[in-house]
Amino acid sequence: MQLFFEQLLNGIAMGSIYALVTLGLALVYGILRILHVAHAAVYTVGAYAGLFCYSHTGSLLLAFLGGMIFCSILGVAIERLVYYPLLKYPPYVPLIGSIAIMLSIEEICRLVAGPYILTFPATLPFPEFQLGGVTISSTLTAVYVITTAVLGLLWFISTKTELGLAMRATSQDIPIADAMGINSHAIVSIAFVIGSSIAAIAGILVGIYYNQVYPTMGTVPAYKTLALIVVGGLGSMPGAVIASMLLGVAETLLIGYADIPLPRDALAFIAMIAVLMWRSEGLMGSK
Amino acid sequence: MDAYLITIGTLIIIYAITVYGLNVIVGYAGQISLGHAAFFGIGAYASALLTTKAGLSFWEALPIVILLSGLIGIVLGLPSLRLREDFLAITTIGINFIVEALFLYVPYFGGALGIGGIPRVVLFGVKLKGMAFFLLCLGFLALVIFICWWFTRSWGGVACFALREEESAAASVGISPVRFKLLAFVIGTMMAGLGGALYAHYMRFISATDFSFPMSITFLSMIVLGGMGTLWGPLLGAVLLGILPELFRPIVDYRILFYTALLLVMIRFQPAGLLGEGSIVHKWLILKPAGGRP
Repeated sequence: MQLFFEQLLNGIAMGSIYALVTLGLALVYGILRILHVAHAAVYTVGAYAGLFCYSHTGSLLLAFLGGMIFCSILGVAIERLVYYPLLKYPPYVPLIGSIAIMLSIEEICRLVAGPYILTFPATLPFPEFQLGGVTISSTLTAVYVITTAVLGLLWFISTKTELGLAMRATSQDIPIADAMGINSHAIVSIAFVIGSSIAAIAGILVGIYYNQVYPTMGTVPAYKTLALIVVGGLGSMPGAVIASMLLGVAETLLIGYADIPLPRDALAFIAMIAVLMWRSEGLMGSK
Repeated sequence: MDAYLITIGTLIIIYAITVYGLNVIVGYAGQISLGHAAFFGIGAYASALLTTKAGLSFWEALPIVILLSGLIGIVLGLPSLRLREDFLAITTIGINFIVEALFLYVPYFGGALGIGGIPRVVLFGVKLKGMAFFLLCLGFLALVIFICWWFTRSWGGVACFALREEESAAASVGISPVRFKLLAFVIGTMMAGLGGALYAHYMRFISATDFSFPMSITFLSMIVLGGMGTLWGPLLGAVLLGILPELFRPIVDYRILFYTALLLVMIRFQPAGLLGEGSIVHKWLILKPAGGRP
């Protein structure tokens, strides 16, 4: 039973990290209707930028801040230079562009930082808990607290502020939003800043959680998060979070208990195809 | 001709055959597929298993392989009837990952070790290798291009173009989206199956990673580069993307970066491809002779 709870806690942590990456993807899809595969590359860059700042300053706060700023610039650059000019083409055009960006950034990371696995020797300043014989390590606590904080902040921004209102208007209809006096291009950029910052946080958390940072760490999340936003309902942020949590727990428990002849990475896609056949708008999507 | 050139040429032609199949699905019928390597792999594995485990010859196995690929194409093409563009793109990515996982984890498919000892193709009692196999592949490519040419001029092809441009309008004049999308899927996956079979008997050893998602991206890049929906675009794309990595061999470390950067620049500035409508080459070819401004 103790093992089960430990697995469950790890699963929730996995799910939290999936949720952080998937949120940015859902945010971008909601507004631009682009499948932002390169988001996972932004997450990799976040981990590298965070590690760079951490090893030069020794401060985790600066690592998070540096990663977020660098990723925001990268995210906005991707949006301005590639996505925005391609909006008038059919959706596969920006999608292929996004995959090309993803692979290019991966290569640049490999060339700049080297092809090997770097360690991220940091401990997050969070307390450890003992709960009925199960230890919740400080890293797990950090993942839970930071994810909850990010989700709360995002919920507050999108429902309680004028910025959130403008973002929702832009995601419904860009020309109409423009006509109502919203600078939709600026809103799109802000969405990329928010999504990319969250990706940086996720990248640094993963780097610390596994104590690994390497160029291809974004490859599996890149496509798995696509499956997750489909399961959650394209563009729905609550759906993306729920789907991520479910997948994180399901993956960890299935690997721990069931002897299935499939790698865990195929699970997300099987779940996705099942969801598409049964409820093609996703868990929380609207027709 | 030296063996190095023949090797590259043969692979380019095998890829071109497969990419023509993808062009029927994506270029003609407008159904985005990011999982074409899965069908390429299904053809390769089917042919490898039929020849090594069931003891058939390449020529006996080939019709079965092509039919099987087409059949699986129908089954996996069914999602395209329900799904819009973005959903379909992600679903085909998922299909690619699942098929690769099955090849890798089911012991019957050789697992991580793959399948080795695939026999060479025998024609008139002669084992084909080198130049002879190259010519055989070239013959198949000519057949595939002919089928594509014939398809674009047939009722089925015209119906697919109509569906690609505007599905509801096409449906309202009596073109069945179900029938013609599936037709495109079947033709496309059959060509991929043929390409896969040739690949298996050329390499004589296959493993799951040969058919992973990056391969699908390469296939799609080839038609994007050459020109989606054109007759000669897939061939041009396969030749260019087949030769470029060889030319970049001196700068081996930057090869993939160069390759992906090229794809990015291409899709950013010439999304219709080199031979597609509105591209530089297209304007030059069409407008120059007519005296128009390029």
